[in-house]
Amino acid sequence: MKLIAEQIVKRFGTHLILRNINFEVRSGSSLVITGANGSGKTTLVKILSNLIAPTRGRVIYQNEKGSIPRDHMYRFIGLVGPYLQLYQELTAQENLVFFARMREVSDYENRIAFLMERLGLKGREKDPVKAYSSGMQQRLKYVCALLHEPEILFIDEPRSNLDQQGVDTVYEILSEQKKDKILVVATNDREDLRLADQIIKVGKE
Amino acid sequence: MKQTWLIFVKDIQQEFKTRYAINAILLFAVVTLSAVSFAIGTFTAGNQVLSALFWVILFFSSMSGLSHIFIREEESQTADTLKLVASPMHIYLGKFLFNLILLFALEIILVPLFIAVMNFKLGNFPLFLLTLFIGSFGMAGGGTMVAAIISKASSKGALFTVLAFPIILPVMITGISATKKATETTPIASAQNELQALFAFGVIIITASILLFDYVWNE
Repeated sequence: MKLIAEQIVKRFGTHLILRNINFEVRSGSSLVITGANGSGKTTLVKILSNLIAPTRGRVIYQNEKGSIPRDHMYRFIGLVGPYLQLYQELTAQENLVFFARMREVSDYENRIAFLMERLGLKGREKDPVKAYSSGMQQRLKYVCALLHEPEILFIDEPRSNLDQQGVDTVYEILSEQKKDKILVVATNDREDLRLADQIIKVGKE
Repeated sequence: MKQTWLIFVKDIQQEFKTRYAINAILLFAVVTLSAVSFAIGTFTAGNQVLSALFWVILFFSSMSGLSHIFIREEESQTADTLKLVASPMHIYLGKFLFNLILLFALEIILVPLFIAVMNFKLGNFPLFLLTLFIGSFGMAGGGTMVAAIISKASSKGALFTVLAFPIILPVMITGISATKKATETTPIASAQNELQALFAFGVIIITASILLFDYVWNE
């Protein structure tokens, strides 16, 4: 699997956010996007994960069969970010079953149980998401993003709202991801740079 | 189609827990019907007027609920989460299906209330039901599309009714004409033109929405 960004440019009105971003990431490696607040890290992650369109340039997802059509990308992507929320009125289990079935995960009940235990949320499946603390919601977002074992995992601010135990667990998961799949992390925390095989700095030099 | 169904079921689950849209449309329908009933008082309104009043109440009541389907996703910041797991066509169809069921629920409550309170006499009840059934597809189809358009705007409530009105107007005008015929003891065939127009409008608005939804949803 390959993720290729070709000449990505993004403008909001007259404001140029991203200028000619180029890179290629292959399975078994990682990319860390850094930059100051407002430099365009989140915008780049949203473009790469197909949430917004670039003003110019293109993002290509390629596997051994060739380029993957935009409509099928959801099968390959997992994303955790502060701007993605789960359905607050539904329970954690209802959310996870919905997303697992949407992503056509087979044996999703066992997968959910495994990930809930791994992220330290076992026993809280029946609670509505709105009853979760912000840290627990962040853990639940990881469970949701990992349900279908994505080929490409995007994480925007990996430590957001997590306690030290949560950070350790997430680091374990991210290290496993980059062993044979693609990991893309957007962060301005220097410690997260140790996840990087490649680093891209966005914003003003 | 499995994704469409899953989105529909998810929205039903959410609605059962919050009852936000159903409460809004039912309360609006009851209050408007009461207001109209008091305003008319002891005057005798003809079939044409009552048919028009019915569709006006149905239109404004549905406007108070149909937009929630996308506003809820935007305001709770789940729209992007949904974008990650489903194609625009499935999202539109799932939301359309939800709005259609919501509209049917409104009609189940509104029709007997309107008949009882307004002393609305129907000569051909099956024709009236058929008109409502076919017209609901156009209303739900247009309403769902406009809901997606306005969900990113700041003054959502006011915009929805204003933008939806010209789109749903053909359904209302044709619906009023067919309902007027249903008050007489005429056969269903007498409203063939209206029923065909309602059906054609529904097919056109739903097809156009499916084709255009990608641009609305992804920008």
